[in-house]
Amino acid sequence: MGALLLIGTYFFPLWSITVEAPQYPEGLGIYIRINTVDGHAKNDLKNLNIVNHYIGMQEIVPESIPELKYMPAIVGFLIVSGLLVAWKGGKKTLYLWLAFFSLLALVGLIDFYLWNYDFGHNLDTEHAAIQIEGMTYQPPLFGTKTMLNFVTTSLPSWGGIAAFASIFMGFLAAFLSWRDKQPV
Amino acid sequence: MNKTMMRVVGVILVIATFLLISECAKKDKPILGSSDAASAVYVAPGDYDEFYAFTSGGFSGQLGVYGLPSGRLFREIPVFSVDPENGYGFNEETKDMLKTSFGHIPWDDSHHPELSQTDGVTDGRWIFINGNNTPRIARIDLKNFETAEIIEIPNSGGNHGSPFITQNSEYVVASTRFSVPIPQADVPISSYKENFSGTLSFIKVNPDDGHMNIEFQIMVPGYDYDLASGGKGPSHGWAFFSSYNTEQANTLLEVNASKNDKDFIAAVNWKLAEKYLAEGKGHKQPADYYHNYMDHNSHSAVSEQKKSVTVLYPAECPGLIYYLPTPKSPHGVDVDPSGEYIVGGGKLAAVVSVHSFSKMIKAIEDEKFIGDAGGIPVLDYDATIAGEVTNVGLGPLHTEFDGKGYAYTSAFITSEVVKWKLGTWEIVDRIPSYYSIGHLMIPGGGSMKPWGKYLVALNKMTKDRYLSTGPELAHAAQLIDISGEKMKLLLDFPTVGEPHYAQGIPADLIHPNTTKIYELENNTHPYRTLSEKEARVERKGNEVHVYMTTIRTHFKPDNIEGIQVGDVVYFHVTNLEQDWDIPHGFAMQGAINSELLVMPGATNTLRWEPKKVGVFPFYCTDFCSALHQEMQGYVRVSPKGSKVPISF
Repeated sequence: MGALLLIGTYFFPLWSITVEAPQYPEGLGIYIRINTVDGHAKNDLKNLNIVNHYIGMQEIVPESIPELKYMPAIVGFLIVSGLLVAWKGGKKTLYLWLAFFSLLALVGLIDFYLWNYDFGHNLDTEHAAIQIEGMTYQPPLFGTKTMLNFVTTSLPSWGGIAAFASIFMGFLAAFLSWRDKQPV
Repeated sequence: MNKTMMRVVGVILVIATFLLISECAKKDKPILGSSDAASAVYVAPGDYDEFYAFTSGGFSGQLGVYGLPSGRLFREIPVFSVDPENGYGFNEETKDMLKTSFGHIPWDDSHHPELSQTDGVTDGRWIFINGNNTPRIARIDLKNFETAEIIEIPNSGGNHGSPFITQNSEYVVASTRFSVPIPQADVPISSYKENFSGTLSFIKVNPDDGHMNIEFQIMVPGYDYDLASGGKGPSHGWAFFSSYNTEQANTLLEVNASKNDKDFIAAVNWKLAEKYLAEGKGHKQPADYYHNYMDHNSHSAVSEQKKSVTVLYPAECPGLIYYLPTPKSPHGVDVDPSGEYIVGGGKLAAVVSVHSFSKMIKAIEDEKFIGDAGGIPVLDYDATIAGEVTNVGLGPLHTEFDGKGYAYTSAFITSEVVKWKLGTWEIVDRIPSYYSIGHLMIPGGGSMKPWGKYLVALNKMTKDRYLSTGPELAHAAQLIDISGEKMKLLLDFPTVGEPHYAQGIPADLIHPNTTKIYELENNTHPYRTLSEKEARVERKGNEVHVYMTTIRTHFKPDNIEGIQVGDVVYFHVTNLEQDWDIPHGFAMQGAINSELLVMPGATNTLRWEPKKVGVFPFYCTDFCSALHQEMQGYVRVSPKGSKVPISF
């Protein structure tokens, strides 16, 4: 069941970053999907890149992020192996699967954080028109942060929520099977 | 105190009292309840108005866009007049919109905006407006608030009575204020009666894209045709045109055209006209007129010259047209929402005459004719009249309806709006206007579904209403609350140009459907530049084409060399932005036409003929971003025959 939930990550974005500013009352936003990054609205990614160029932030080009190429295969493996574990596997394989999944999720989050860090800190100081001493622009992993005129909110989206639910169900299964074993 | 003293004191007291009363009476502005009025028109910052109001520009040739009830001006849409502010009529894309059989005409006099309708209800798709001086009708697209099409009306002088619409926008109609020789000819003006004719034009509107085509014209006697109205409901299939100067005077009309006791409202059965056309009764006659429209994806005008028009002659088409005698030089002709009453404003009388459509049909069946005028049957006044509204104020011009059984007539000379009841013809209320009201407007007030909440009085004189701006003043409009039994003045606001008629419509029917940007991928302009990589400069003989892009916050290319005196330079500027409200401007020093204001995703072209050697700057005029002031470039102009190569 948990593994099946992961299928949702193919269709729904994992994470959503929204920015609002006086000039953008309607907000600009991007979705991080399993295989790409795109805008909430058609031109949002383009417009976000235009806005970001003033502070020297690198352009977000989905094709140049290698993780987005591997991720569908990795998640695919998780789904298939998860289903196999549910069908045939014993407790040990379940624990193993869960450990692998958790590790991947952790690595994924750290990787996402590092990308955010890179976008927020690795600024083109030669071409940036607006440079403010000590200012960096790393979006938060969870939650809301104000950077200059922009209020940035970063939260998991439906795909990400499905992934968390999946991992949670994996733990639940593990807990139940562990409790079954305990003498009453 | 003796008696004489007492008399003197008494007289002084009487005079003082009289002066005091008259002083109080002068204060026409509402004092009580003015805070109620303020809250009734207050639209809080960031909130939206309930209605759009579109006011004709009159001698400005444009169309004003206001919000009601706030009276805030949002935009002035260029229609018949050039607009250097955004390049309309100057840039290569739009200059052909103003092409006519007389050449490029940079101005007109626009009187009557008219919203498109579906089933008798304004639908918010398009708004039409007439050009009075060089007869034309324009269609404005209410998705992008731009002039989408202009068609010239041949065989016409003074296109005043237009463009009034039928209930499904089948046609907009037009009539000739000035009769003229048709076809035009070198004849004595005094031969008016023999040689001058009028036309009533029916311009078909394509229901899918709004494109106009002059389907047919009806040749009519040489009177002055004034205004018009489409039938609705039971009278759908008919259109009504008011006329004056049935005397057919050609000089000093203020006296000579005011002699007849009654002039005519022409009733035209256009459904029957379609039948006659299908039977081949139309005469294809030579004509010369232009039809200009914007190609949606290239944002460029297409201009077509037309060489013929189909004309119907009433003598060959029995039943096509009847005259309804109406006192006295009637101005407005307005059909009520039910379609039964045809209201004629007797401009020079103190009476509004209301004809009944059903009585008119019966009178035609019973052949209640009192004669004919130029071969057109004239119906008996008593056989068609439903009622007369008397004491309606002097100079009744126009009537609008609230959909609740009441009509509101503007009285120019007595400067007031008079409310009266349909059917009983009794006057129930009146309110002054400041000053000399012409048209009045209720949103949907000329359609089958009025939104009878507000009325706007459109006045001809301003005088002391606002802070003075010298001899030339803004025109004044008054917003009147008509939701209750008594009319209440809420707001007084200045308007641009000289509004004649106006239209109003609930904002919900337009606001959510508006265009925010043009999609770059749909841009089919022949000189588009869809990415900075394609930006370039090409020479073809003495023509130089600059394929330029704009994006926050730079031009590409920004420095251009190799231009020579005597060259004709075309700056084809494509705005690569795909974000709402990020136009870029392009202004070139010494350009004798205008600037460009390029909307996101569009391409506009400025023609520039450098006359002097030197280095000349260009820059963005629209404050587009924090680095707007850095958005600039240079063109180096070398002498003719110079060896400096094109570089960028």
